[in-house]
Amino acid sequence: MSEPPVAPTRDDLSARDLRDVRTFVRSGTPWVWVTAAAIAASVIIVLSLLFLIAARGMPYFWPADVLVAEYREPGREPVPVMAEVVETESATTARLKSAGLKVDEGRLYYDRHLLKVGNRDLYGADFRVLLADWLVERRYPETVVVLERMEWGNFYGELEALLRDGMVVNVGPGAYDAWQQRQAVAGRLHNEIRDIEKGESGAINYGLERLRLKRRGLELSEKTTATDPEAFEELTARQKELDARYAELQGRLGKLYEELRRDSVRMRAVDGQTIEIPLAAIVRGFQPNAMNVFEKLGHYAEKVYEFVADDPREANTEGGIFPAIFGTVLMVMLMSAIVTPFGVIAAVYLREYAHQGLVTRIIRIAVNNLAGVPSIVFGMFGLGFFVYLVGGSLDRLLFSEALPAPTFGTPGILWASLTLALLTLPVVIVATEEGLARIPRSLREASLALGATKAETLWRVVLPMASPAMMTGLILAVARAAGEVAPLMLVGVVKLAPSLPLDMNVPFLHLERKFMHLGFHIYDVGFQSPNVEAARPLVYATTLLLVSVIVLLNLAAIRIRNRLRERYKALDS
Amino acid sequence: MTLVTDPAAPGATGAYTEAAAHRRWRHLKDRAARLMVRVGGVAVLAALLLIFVYLLVEVFPLFQGASVEARASYRIPGDDQPSLFIAAEEQAEVGFRVSSSGEFTFFELGNGGIRRQGQLSAGGAAVSTVVPVAEDRDLLAAGLSDGSVLLFQHRYDVSYPDNKRHIEPSVVYPQGEAALPFMNEAPRALAVRESGDQILFAGADLQGRVHVRSYEVQTSLLGDSTLEVGHDSVFTPSVKPARLLLNPGKEWLYVIDAQGRIALHRLRGAEPPELVGTQDAGSPVLQARFMAGGISLLTSGQDGKIIQWFPARRPQSSAEAGTAWYLARVREFQAPGTSATTALGSELRRRGFAAGTEQGRVALYYSTSQRKLHEWQALDGPIALLAFEPRAQALLALGRDGTLNVFRIKNEHPEVSWSSLWSPVWYESYDQPETLWQSSASSSDFEPKFSLSPLTLGTLKGAFYAMIFAIPLAVLGAIFTAYFMSPKLRQTVKPTVEIMQALPTVVLGFLAGLWLAPFVETYLPGVFLTLILLPLSIPLAAYLWVRAPAAWRYRVPEGWEAVLLVPVLVVVVWFCFLLAQPVEAHLFGGNMQAWMDHELGIGYDQRNCLVVGIAMGVAVIPIIFSIAEDAIFSVPRHLTLGSLALGATPWQTLMGVVLPTASPGIFSAVMIGMGRAVGETMIVLMATGNTPVMDFSMFSGMRTLSANVAVEMPESEVGSTHFRLLFLAGLVLFLFTFLINTVGEVVRQRLREKYGNL
Repeated sequence: MSEPPVAPTRDDLSARDLRDVRTFVRSGTPWVWVTAAAIAASVIIVLSLLFLIAARGMPYFWPADVLVAEYREPGREPVPVMAEVVETESATTARLKSAGLKVDEGRLYYDRHLLKVGNRDLYGADFRVLLADWLVERRYPETVVVLERMEWGNFYGELEALLRDGMVVNVGPGAYDAWQQRQAVAGRLHNEIRDIEKGESGAINYGLERLRLKRRGLELSEKTTATDPEAFEELTARQKELDARYAELQGRLGKLYEELRRDSVRMRAVDGQTIEIPLAAIVRGFQPNAMNVFEKLGHYAEKVYEFVADDPREANTEGGIFPAIFGTVLMVMLMSAIVTPFGVIAAVYLREYAHQGLVTRIIRIAVNNLAGVPSIVFGMFGLGFFVYLVGGSLDRLLFSEALPAPTFGTPGILWASLTLALLTLPVVIVATEEGLARIPRSLREASLALGATKAETLWRVVLPMASPAMMTGLILAVARAAGEVAPLMLVGVVKLAPSLPLDMNVPFLHLERKFMHLGFHIYDVGFQSPNVEAARPLVYATTLLLVSVIVLLNLAAIRIRNRLRERYKALDS
Repeated sequence: MTLVTDPAAPGATGAYTEAAAHRRWRHLKDRAARLMVRVGGVAVLAALLLIFVYLLVEVFPLFQGASVEARASYRIPGDDQPSLFIAAEEQAEVGFRVSSSGEFTFFELGNGGIRRQGQLSAGGAAVSTVVPVAEDRDLLAAGLSDGSVLLFQHRYDVSYPDNKRHIEPSVVYPQGEAALPFMNEAPRALAVRESGDQILFAGADLQGRVHVRSYEVQTSLLGDSTLEVGHDSVFTPSVKPARLLLNPGKEWLYVIDAQGRIALHRLRGAEPPELVGTQDAGSPVLQARFMAGGISLLTSGQDGKIIQWFPARRPQSSAEAGTAWYLARVREFQAPGTSATTALGSELRRRGFAAGTEQGRVALYYSTSQRKLHEWQALDGPIALLAFEPRAQALLALGRDGTLNVFRIKNEHPEVSWSSLWSPVWYESYDQPETLWQSSASSSDFEPKFSLSPLTLGTLKGAFYAMIFAIPLAVLGAIFTAYFMSPKLRQTVKPTVEIMQALPTVVLGFLAGLWLAPFVETYLPGVFLTLILLPLSIPLAAYLWVRAPAAWRYRVPEGWEAVLLVPVLVVVVWFCFLLAQPVEAHLFGGNMQAWMDHELGIGYDQRNCLVVGIAMGVAVIPIIFSIAEDAIFSVPRHLTLGSLALGATPWQTLMGVVLPTASPGIFSAVMIGMGRAVGETMIVLMATGNTPVMDFSMFSGMRTLSANVAVEMPESEVGSTHFRLLFLAGLVLFLFTFLINTVGEVVRQRLREKYGNL
């Protein structure tokens, strides 16, 4: 009797024979796993990149505790240190030795701290790298005060006294609270001054410049005070009026400044040096070691707000990035206004009007090539063609009174938007075309059968249905434009724009002005600033902002596209 | 309602025409829309063409030759004595001439009318020779028949009375009107140079000796200066001097004899000059002069050869004791009609020059690019003197018979030629031909070096390392995602990788430059460990998984291998970097870069190709992945199912059926990714040191075409050669990506058609 046949298990069918190494290799399974590893690695790279940016960008606003310790380097006098610990890494003894440190050669490596000591005006540098082992007697006293200053970076020290007109008005434990009150007043004064300078004073200067150009324009059209006395008199009268307003404003500003400069604090650094800092030079002061988590969170929120809503300070390495956000948004909006109609029309042509043949084939190849042309080439084209050729001609025709100073013949936001519109055109075309292709034929035919013309069908039926696709294209274009830097460097982005391209002076939108941009801000502050170490956290924060905006835009585009696909699947069948 | 449908009702005609008008209006709108859409569609094509044409238009003038136009012809004004020197001022309005009688004449360049005439303060002596002292200041020296030397300057004061330009020419004597005593007889040859506090004379006498005398400018406390003789010496050179030339730095003295031998001497203050070397030009030298900058010497010979020389250092290995320098024969040019070259004129601000022959033909040359730009018949007889106006927009050609022809010259971009852009060029002050890119010209002493080779090489190098990193990850990843991965997982994995495409390159560049580069520098051994251990660990993990208890295996559905590998990869990489410092401390003496430098001779830059390769690789992975994945995924299911049904394993099906079918798509993906890597700007700008170098090392930086444009474009002068060269770089990039993209796109379209049939 033979045994009854046993039903084969899943184990027998698939994996059992692979247990032998040779069959395992021959089956190709290791290679399958290698391909799996490739995609796993790609996904890990994406996620860790996003994680890295978030992990580095977010702590920037957090008020870190300030360490007070003594640094005992062998063979040297001990030095007191007051600093934030920014980073800790290990370094091999050999490298430390070659840097001139007297390290114990028996050990292989040491931990080393990157410390932010601040007080650049006293010490010369914001940062120090010290070995963790030699940093002893560590403590975190609550009295440590951190000052964020208008210039010279942070100050770390202790508050000695509050002064008014050079006289001590408050010392001891109560001084901190008194100072915080005065600081709030100083902050209000500071804002008032800034508003006047930016608002009214700026408007007067703008008006004066316009008058100068008008006068020059009159002169260019060969009019003199003899031939056209009224015109010139009017100009003179208006100039006098503006001058008077300016003088009055200066008086007000002078008073405010005087008031602002009265208060100051005397601070003592950890090495005993004292320094008097006027409140006007302080953005804010706080005691991080005395703050609890909620206070720190409040501080965090305040800093985040400052970051997105304030102007930059100290060559962009401190303060906010509002002008960069504003410039990016405005540029992207202008670009969208230009690229959407063109992209949609081109897509409609390819899909609805053109005979599918050689011409459409060539145009498709052109679209794809346009997408593949390096962005820097668009920048060169924008600079040469838009700025110098078109802008230069415009200047000669319309703005001759300002020459030789160029108006449109120099990089500006209009040219940047045009250049990026050209760059993102393929994105919009491809997305819109895809949307148009998904609209079932039956809908078009129904409309035409009811007697609508082709244009009406397009306008009333096809385009409304394709609008999510257009939206997708536009979002992708916006995401691309927001992150593009190379061409913008040539056609209008600057590290620090004196005024926004949109303000309260007629004609409100100044298309010829240069602007700031988030992406360029990252490049410029990260690589061109004199104090890269100090600027780096801010750059990470900017990066985080930019990347989150772009990732969100892309996710939105993907969602809209998927929904669209779902919607027409039903209609198709 | 009824009114409109009733034909008899009053107003029906009105409604009818109204409807017709409305229809016409609708028809018109339809036509207008059609037209607008068509125009819009073709505009896309036009935009691409416009970019291309515009780049071409900007680049085209680079390779154009010069054009010459006759402006005026007249007998040179002034007396009948032979002319020793002619020149023109910057606005090409006034000409200047000195004759051997000591008479100087300023004349209208347009018609020869005399502006001003006078006699040099030579004290009655005849002028035997006039030599340039400082070309940029129009300072000249006249050797007088009594052996003394007179320094004078032709000067042009420009003023604008009534908004019209007025040029007032004059001759001034910066060292006083009295000639400075030098020799006892008229010098047979003379060379004079002046710099701030010293004037140096070199003169040849009839006996073949060379006199060297320096005058030092002494400034007293009261501020007035006097001239005193510094050193004074006489030496006999190895060749009998017929011509003497001294470089502006007063270091090199060239002595040329009647047979065409050139002896180079090095002057060392009061010490006797040292003979550096002698060279033979091959035929008697008729003319010799410096090019702009005073480094290169041009000699023109009886045989029509124009030769460029300058002192160069011998390669270190063959350096003989003492004389590391020698006189290098750098380039040769052929004069028109290979006839004797009787006149040489050099531009003042560029390395261009003109040569005139016995037959009256003149040709324009440019030294760096070794180009002959134009040749024409300038005069009927032999040419005696040639002079450029300082902007090199006008050329004066004086015949031996006293006829002066003035030409207008348009020669804007002689600096580059196709060969000088790509092959090594022997630049001034270099010891051998090299390919260099150094565009910033601070003064006329600096010869701009325009070679696209290092930039192109840098571009390809960056793209190469990026592709090495990206292709395996992207293509293999695409294979798994499209072919093995479970559909549910694929739905999330694909968009995740594609999100990476949206990451701005400036962010990748920033992370590469400020985070990855220092990280790689600190943990370099970790990078190598990862490269070795990671590939090994995967098959091992796979095998361990196969041997794992069945209960575990069944929990994980098929197509989820990638998820299983995530912790493995993370742990292995973490482990490698954990080991980095112990390995470095034990094996490489605690500093791997120093070890590599000492033991292997490999230099290490912090921002190097490895970093760029990784960063740019990350930028192109999603592009390659996305297209390749689409290509593999769209391989018809029945093909793979057929193969599997015939008993092939999944891997065999992949290799035998799927990949061959999808290979054009994968190829196209790689091509398009490559196009992206080649044109990428921000990453290379931020993650390399941006030094144009010619090497392939993984640990050195580079400068790419695109980064070069980004760095230099904002400072480039519009319309200059440099500006146009940057556009040429842009054109090269454009054409390269155009080619790659078109090939990729055509392949992709073909593939789509093929699958359509299946």
